[in-house]
Amino acid sequence: MLGRLTIDALPFYSAIAAGGAAVTVLGALSVVGLITYFRAWRIVLFDWVSSLDHKKIGIMYVMLALVMLMRGFIDAAMMRSQQAIAFRSDGYLPAEHFDQIFSSHGTIMIFFMAMPFLSGLINHIMPQQIGARDVAFPFMNAVSLWLTAAGAGLVLISLVIGKFSTAGWTGYPPYSGIEYNPGVGVDYWLWAVLIAGVGSTMSGINFLVTILKCRAPGMHLFRMPLFSWTVLVTSVLMIFAFPALTVACGLLAVDRIFGTHFFTNAMGGNMMHYINLFWLWGHPEVYILILPAFGVFSEVVATFSQKRLFGYTSLVLATMAIGLLSFTVWLHHFFTMGPSADVNSFFGIMTTIIAVPTGVKVFDWLLTMYRGRIIFKPPMLFTIGFLVTFVIGGLSGVLLALPPVDYAMHNTTFLVAHFHNTIIPGVLFGYLAGYMFWFPKAFGFKLNETWGARSFWCWIIGFYLAFMPLYVLGLMGMPRRMEHYDIAAWQPHLIVAAVGAFIIFLGIVCLAIQLVVSIRDRANARDLTGDPWNGRTLEWATSSPPALYNFAILPNVQSVDAFWDMKHRGVAYQRPERYVDIALPKNTFIPATVGGAAFVFGFAVVWYIWWLAAVAFAVILVAIIIRSSDDETEVILPAIEVKAIEEARFREMEAASKNEMASDPGFAGESVLEATS
Amino acid sequence: MKRNLARRLHVAGACSPLAIFVSACNAIASPVLDPKGPIAAAQTQLLLDAVAIMMIVIVPVFIMAALFTWRYRGTNRNARYAPNLAYYWPVEILIWGVPAGIIFWLGLHLWSATHRLDPYKPIDPEVPPLRVEAVAQDWKWLFIYPEQDIAVVNELVFPAGRPLALRITSDTVMNSFMIPALGGQIYAMAGMQTRLHLLADEPGEFWGRNVQYSGRGFADQQFRAIATTTEGEFGAWVEKVKASTQMLDATTYEQLAKPSVKVPVTYYSGVQPGLFDSIIAKWHGDGNHLHAQVTGTEQAR
Repeated sequence: MLGRLTIDALPFYSAIAAGGAAVTVLGALSVVGLITYFRAWRIVLFDWVSSLDHKKIGIMYVMLALVMLMRGFIDAAMMRSQQAIAFRSDGYLPAEHFDQIFSSHGTIMIFFMAMPFLSGLINHIMPQQIGARDVAFPFMNAVSLWLTAAGAGLVLISLVIGKFSTAGWTGYPPYSGIEYNPGVGVDYWLWAVLIAGVGSTMSGINFLVTILKCRAPGMHLFRMPLFSWTVLVTSVLMIFAFPALTVACGLLAVDRIFGTHFFTNAMGGNMMHYINLFWLWGHPEVYILILPAFGVFSEVVATFSQKRLFGYTSLVLATMAIGLLSFTVWLHHFFTMGPSADVNSFFGIMTTIIAVPTGVKVFDWLLTMYRGRIIFKPPMLFTIGFLVTFVIGGLSGVLLALPPVDYAMHNTTFLVAHFHNTIIPGVLFGYLAGYMFWFPKAFGFKLNETWGARSFWCWIIGFYLAFMPLYVLGLMGMPRRMEHYDIAAWQPHLIVAAVGAFIIFLGIVCLAIQLVVSIRDRANARDLTGDPWNGRTLEWATSSPPALYNFAILPNVQSVDAFWDMKHRGVAYQRPERYVDIALPKNTFIPATVGGAAFVFGFAVVWYIWWLAAVAFAVILVAIIIRSSDDETEVILPAIEVKAIEEARFREMEAASKNEMASDPGFAGESVLEATS
Repeated sequence: MKRNLARRLHVAGACSPLAIFVSACNAIASPVLDPKGPIAAAQTQLLLDAVAIMMIVIVPVFIMAALFTWRYRGTNRNARYAPNLAYYWPVEILIWGVPAGIIFWLGLHLWSATHRLDPYKPIDPEVPPLRVEAVAQDWKWLFIYPEQDIAVVNELVFPAGRPLALRITSDTVMNSFMIPALGGQIYAMAGMQTRLHLLADEPGEFWGRNVQYSGRGFADQQFRAIATTTEGEFGAWVEKVKASTQMLDATTYEQLAKPSVKVPVTYYSGVQPGLFDSIIAKWHGDGNHLHAQVTGTEQAR
């Protein structure tokens, strides 16, 4: 009846497991409690859970990402503290816990922190940037969100019922095969990744079609803001890369459940096929993560340098080049698997070539600052921090691309330092910059800048302290994933790294305080114009928060930096002659139902509760069939209501100051408007 | 001297000013930066050369970031402001051309170094190497010396100055064999063999281990690698192993292969012939000709 689920799955076998479970359960209960306390169930369910509005879906993605960032960070803090004390000692984490923690840390940070953060920012901003009213497929968009949430839910519940994988975030067989890992851990990992992966594939399709088919009149591809360009390339990568992951994990799941031998040692199975397929997704994946962050940096650096982006065409071409090259380098993840020198040389050279377009981007951003008037808002701080720190990660990346160096550095903490050195400044700083940059757009008030700056300083100082020692340890030969060690020279570095992790923790605390303080003081930080930073691109033309339909009248785009251009020509904020009816997607609970059923399906398969898996799968099918036969998926917002909403906005704007940046001491001056027109 | 400079450059590049202060001082003493064999030395040299050449772009980035951030701060009204400066073709050529030039130079070096340092390539075709077969087990290393007909657990002894030719496989999950002071690593995979050639320039005791995570005993899966001063010293060690009363036959092997942690150094004075190949073959199941062939080609290579 319950498959292999028994009472033993509950975490009473160790204090650490019970503690983790308690935190998870209390977290879930407090969310439920808060919603009940504020009597917000109706709002949560009918305005958010059932919403197909790309902006609300974006916000929910980012909320998921921030929650998972906390969870992923707790894992990191436990690893760093364990290694700081585990010299000739077992520390406080037994190997079994330590191994689950590094596996869940990687899985969470890549699949359930970075991916939702990225999808959230894209969802909220990209349609507005290209002058669209929604994404191309609003229903599918919501399904993607709830599938991602279902995957995250599986990772979280593994802490309460059963155990998580110990096979690392890459899940290499044969270790992840049923022979060496008969428990549920690897299955939790597999189904979380598989379910979320389907969501990501659909997101990619959605974003690509939106950009290709839903741009406003005059928004030629080469007039698109850089962020939208990076989204375009990222979506192509998602569409081509994620199927490889789905196949790799799907076959591994078949191996585990049905005893086939795709990747096992025996019967002609070969683990190398898995590793090959996994990285065929895995390397494009890092560019999927980082390209939109590059897009954010491009927007931020131009806005806060109060200057046009330097080398727009170069940046677009570099983005395309990176996208293309990202599919030609995956073998560098297994130079040490014994390929011939010719093969290793080829993939090594392809890898180093990626450094060229990336370097071009760095110089273009620096040159955007050249002869600008830089205003140091928190997003800009993160951008400058990124520029300086990221090149170090790029340097170590090129070193690892040299096969003979990789033979020595692979699987050591040098590698760990390298990818954190690219992903934290490159990806996370980009997302945090985007979060602080676009927060006023999403909520209508700005985030507190003091706490934003504090958070930045904690993040960057913490980063250097946490990861530079890992480079050194890698040079000293320390392998990654060591639960304990007996080399005394390593310990001081690991203690410094733990201190760094603590400072990063302060950075996260500052982020939380920033949010709380900003919500408390929101009346003083309202963004009434919709354009808090004197912005350049179309998302700043909408109100903050934007109306359901974003644009009452679709904008007519005439140049790069469309909104800047409209402001200069004096055609921004014009009252249209007449309003039109606007069709909007109707709210529906079907996507959340599909996500919920996918979660149950995943859980049931993990525990071999086959009848439940069949029921959950049937629910998904029925839900999709119901949706497919629904002809009335849209509601019409009549022109008269659109007019009322827009008139209210115009009245608000009249009361507000014309340019919210004008009071900033670094403001370049209104004269710029004339000078550039 | 040149190498010292490069070494310092490297440390400066890979470590932030902050971390350099707290931690980089020890880096010099580490295996990779203090290589004990020609392979590790060549790998290190390649690393340092690459760091040095990349400084051509890294240093300007640091300088520009600092300079522009300071000079073009919004409150500095003396700095020139050019809000429409968005394209200047000589700069475009420079920012594409210089990195491309560096990567071209690096690509040439990469190609030759990768071929020169191919782990499968014998180090000196003139000198007959010492052949050792390494088997990764949960969580220990078994070394079979086919020419001496001995086997050892968790200790690898070889004469300094004579190349070491390793055939490596795994009798469990994927492992990766590495002696950091002597050179790079190579994966150990069940049903397959990989090869690694190493050489210690001078006698000494180094540590080696599995660096690919392999389960709960992973942290302790290490061994001592000892380069003896002379062939004679190595011969004496072989005699010591030969004096052991234990033999490594199929039954002993099966016992040994079971998961165990912190296994002390164990000597076997004789080994069942063809044991290494049979460890590979046993994973192939019945009638799997494809993989038998793959192994065949491997051996021919």
